[in-house]
Amino acid sequence: MTASLLLIVLLAPFLGAPAMLLLQRGHRRWAAWGAAAVMAAALGVLAPLVPRVLAGEVLVARWAWLPEWGLDVALRLDGLGLLFCGLILGIGLLVVLYAAYYLPDEDRLGRFYAMLLAFAGGMLGVVLAENLLLLVVFWEVTSLSSFLLIAYKYEAREARVAARMALAVTGGGGLALLAGVLLLGQVAGSFELSEVLARGDVVRADPLYPVILGLVLLGAFTKSAQFPFHAWLPAAMAAPTPVSAYLHSATMVKAGVFLLARLYPVLADTGLWMVVVGGVGALTFVYGAYLAMLKDDLKGLLAYSTISHLGLVTLLFGLGTKMAAVAAVFHIINHAIFKASLFIAAGIIDHEAGTRDMRRMGGLFRFMPWTGALAMVAAGAMAGVPLLNGFLSKEMFFAETIGHPALGGAASYLLPAFAVLGGVLSVAYSARFVHEVFFGAVPRDMPRTPHEPPPWMRLPVDVLVALVLLVGLLPQVMVGAILGAAAAAVLHGAVPPFTLAMWHGFNLPLLMSAAALAGGLLYYRWRHVLFALHACLLPRPGSTVAFERVYRAAELGAIRAMAWLDRRSLPAYLALFLGFVLVLGLWAWRGGAPAALAGPLGWGELDLLTGFGLLVLVVGAGGTVLLHRRPLPALMFLSLAGLMVSLGFLRFAAPDLALTQLSVEVVSIVLLLLALRYLPQLAAAESGAARRWRDAVLAGLGGLGVAGLTFAMLTRPFETISGWQISHSVPGGGGTNVVNVILVDIRGFDTMGEIAVLAMAALGLHALLQGLRLPPAAGVASAGEGEPMPVMLAMLMRPLLPLALVVSVYIFLRGHNLPGGGFIAGLVTAIALMLQYVAGGIDFARARLRVNYVRMLGAGLGVAVATGLGSWVFGRPFLTSTHGYVDPPLLEKFELASAMGFDLGVYLVVVGTVMLCLTELGAMSQREAAAPRPGQAEG
Amino acid sequence: MALVISMAVGLLAACGIYLLLRPRIFSVILGLTLLSYAVNALIFLGGRLGATAAPLALPGARGLSDPLPQALVLTAIVIGFGMTAYLVALALRARAETGTDHVDGADGPEGER
Repeated sequence: MTASLLLIVLLAPFLGAPAMLLLQRGHRRWAAWGAAAVMAAALGVLAPLVPRVLAGEVLVARWAWLPEWGLDVALRLDGLGLLFCGLILGIGLLVVLYAAYYLPDEDRLGRFYAMLLAFAGGMLGVVLAENLLLLVVFWEVTSLSSFLLIAYKYEAREARVAARMALAVTGGGGLALLAGVLLLGQVAGSFELSEVLARGDVVRADPLYPVILGLVLLGAFTKSAQFPFHAWLPAAMAAPTPVSAYLHSATMVKAGVFLLARLYPVLADTGLWMVVVGGVGALTFVYGAYLAMLKDDLKGLLAYSTISHLGLVTLLFGLGTKMAAVAAVFHIINHAIFKASLFIAAGIIDHEAGTRDMRRMGGLFRFMPWTGALAMVAAGAMAGVPLLNGFLSKEMFFAETIGHPALGGAASYLLPAFAVLGGVLSVAYSARFVHEVFFGAVPRDMPRTPHEPPPWMRLPVDVLVALVLLVGLLPQVMVGAILGAAAAAVLHGAVPPFTLAMWHGFNLPLLMSAAALAGGLLYYRWRHVLFALHACLLPRPGSTVAFERVYRAAELGAIRAMAWLDRRSLPAYLALFLGFVLVLGLWAWRGGAPAALAGPLGWGELDLLTGFGLLVLVVGAGGTVLLHRRPLPALMFLSLAGLMVSLGFLRFAAPDLALTQLSVEVVSIVLLLLALRYLPQLAAAESGAARRWRDAVLAGLGGLGVAGLTFAMLTRPFETISGWQISHSVPGGGGTNVVNVILVDIRGFDTMGEIAVLAMAALGLHALLQGLRLPPAAGVASAGEGEPMPVMLAMLMRPLLPLALVVSVYIFLRGHNLPGGGFIAGLVTAIALMLQYVAGGIDFARARLRVNYVRMLGAGLGVAVATGLGSWVFGRPFLTSTHGYVDPPLLEKFELASAMGFDLGVYLVVVGTVMLCLTELGAMSQREAAAPRPGQAEG
Repeated sequence: MALVISMAVGLLAACGIYLLLRPRIFSVILGLTLLSYAVNALIFLGGRLGATAAPLALPGARGLSDPLPQALVLTAIVIGFGMTAYLVALALRARAETGTDHVDGADGPEGER
């Protein structure tokens, strides 16, 4: 029950998002009501769980997803999660309402609400995740959906740049977070928060702790716009104000501090944490407050103020004391409330006055007193004025800076002084917000005469400011319970006793508050001094411009790198690939001496015949290279090399290979000769010398590598793994030719795959060449004007065919026991058939050999599969073979194995493949396109 | 003998690689054939040189060569034919479509493509 409730809360926004796109087809407001209904429904579903969570229960629900990767859909609802769910859904509801009034009438709201709901779903996922990897997944969902939301006004370049910047910064942080979480999960031994939170000691003691901390903090700081990753947040003000109010005050930027709170029991409580988190937080707190003062744009001021307040929360977590953590959670609540109301108010002012530039407005209190009063209350909370909620958490902050245990002596004054400095700046920019907008003279060039907004539009501000007051006046009643539960989740244990009260009596923190208020007002009074100083001392490009410069430079660099790597040329790719392989090989060989290649085995005596054969092989290979631009002679040299390779197989006791190589050699040469008819007879020399040298070096190094590898292998002893195959060949496979038994029996399934590949290659060729019309290459006689068929050859070949077929049958039958078998027999048959084509011409042969080779391929594969399936009839696995002796009359007794049926399939496929390839190529001469005219350059 | 044979195999590979990097399709086909000779020989030599008899499991047979690499190479040789045939078909088709036998489908303007 609990589990399904949690799942409903999480899924509601994601299911609602696409529905928004349907709803917008109706009335404009339908989507708004739909989105509001989704938010309200999720809140309602959550409600029954609230008492249990407030009582300290941690609700966990789990569904297996990818258990072998440690990735479950596991949800967790504790005090912290509940607090954030409340903020996400509650403020989300208000923003949905507000956006319906704020966005222009011509906008169809479906897209906006769909993105907003997707974002809310992502945020809910982050705060409800029990599994850390799931948390990262939803973290990325928020990055992506916020990218879309910031780019809502995508026609504006400013919005696109801002969205890109936010995505680059928060997305980059997300990657760091992923790495950090993966490490954390490895160290803690689990990705489940319940287990990770309990193993803080293990994690903090691990040598990887600084790395984990760094990566996780990178994720948190980028999301929460901490210095120096803050620049995207002010730029994101290009988004519509409802988005800013939602994402950039209450939710998205709070995800970073949420992460700090979530992992506080695991990562905090070390010196490193205190220095980094506290230091970055303090710097951001003051830096953001200082810059907020300098912004003329209303939303810009609020954006920098948000950065500053997030810095304050970060600083509180960094302080590391238990009460500081409580204060941090309290300030998260307070800031979300007053900042959302301020953003919404700023949006109202923009909407009604037509500008957000504070230099162009003033005296608005006269036109919109109600909104003005609300905004002033919220700004007071931002400044930390007593009786308002911001005052309470700020006072807790001041109290925590006094007498921090890590700082002693004179240094103990440093932190409170710094806190007061931040306080002074906060008061100053809050004063500027109130004074310049609502008081002073009314400028003459205000774009519109402002007036109060419609009551529904102002309702969110009414609600939020009421909360500001209520929390400020009755803190314990309003937030005591949830704050206690959330703090318990953050501290993962006992919460120090605290009482929230409006008034704590006269004490040091109150004095600090008073000093900050007075100092802030004075500072505001003399602000023109600061402005002048800032203008002359720090003229620098805006952060957006700087980001764009870096972005453009990175883009340009990527384009250049691509252009250098990707020459859009296959030989260039190949050279790059070979070079890389060589580098890898050399890297593996680094430090090795050439002499170490030689193993303990003797080199063996080189006999004269082998030496001569190798010499011929070298001549063949070398001649192929030297003459490669003249295809015909090159082909002859190639066949010489192939012949020597066949003889080499024979020399080293592999007659099967020798037979196969020899017959493949014959059909390959015929195939290439047929193809040559359509290829230039003399390729132009087109590689420059530098290119040829580069290729020669690559080839030389590659050859050296192969030679070294071969030599190292040949001189090392080895234990053959073929003993089993040899000893089982006769009793198990019924054949003495072990190679053939391996092919058709022991590794029969493998061979099945191979003949399938062979058949596919032949069919591929068939498809490529079907109906292809090519002119013969220059210098080649076109069909019909060639010489007549040689009579002698034709006369000789006809009687030879039956003889050759008998030989191939013999080779096939004996293959199981002596060199031979389906592959070789197939090749011999194909050569015999091919000779008929060569001798008699294609028409002659076709008229007599009416074989459809495509069907032959199918038949071969069918026979092979059928043989394999046959063993099923006898209840044996696929391709199990059996064998027995056959004693036919008149003939010698011979052994017959069922694997021969399989070999027959191989035979048919080989014949079919070779003949299909050769006849397709040969048939091209019958439909040649017109020969190129003399003088026309050959492609 | 081991050294000379290794050098021969290396030379086959070197010639194959050099031709593979040429810009004309027919050279590439030749190179691929040479390279497959080298690779087949390398796998085959995994059974070493010392054998004196073909791998026939006859009674009393001694010094058999290793049948396993031979079985692997045998199918590799036949599949090599299938690959060559397919490549040839591809080359002819490409020539019909692009009008050139250059592997990049177009003659480079500076002849260096």
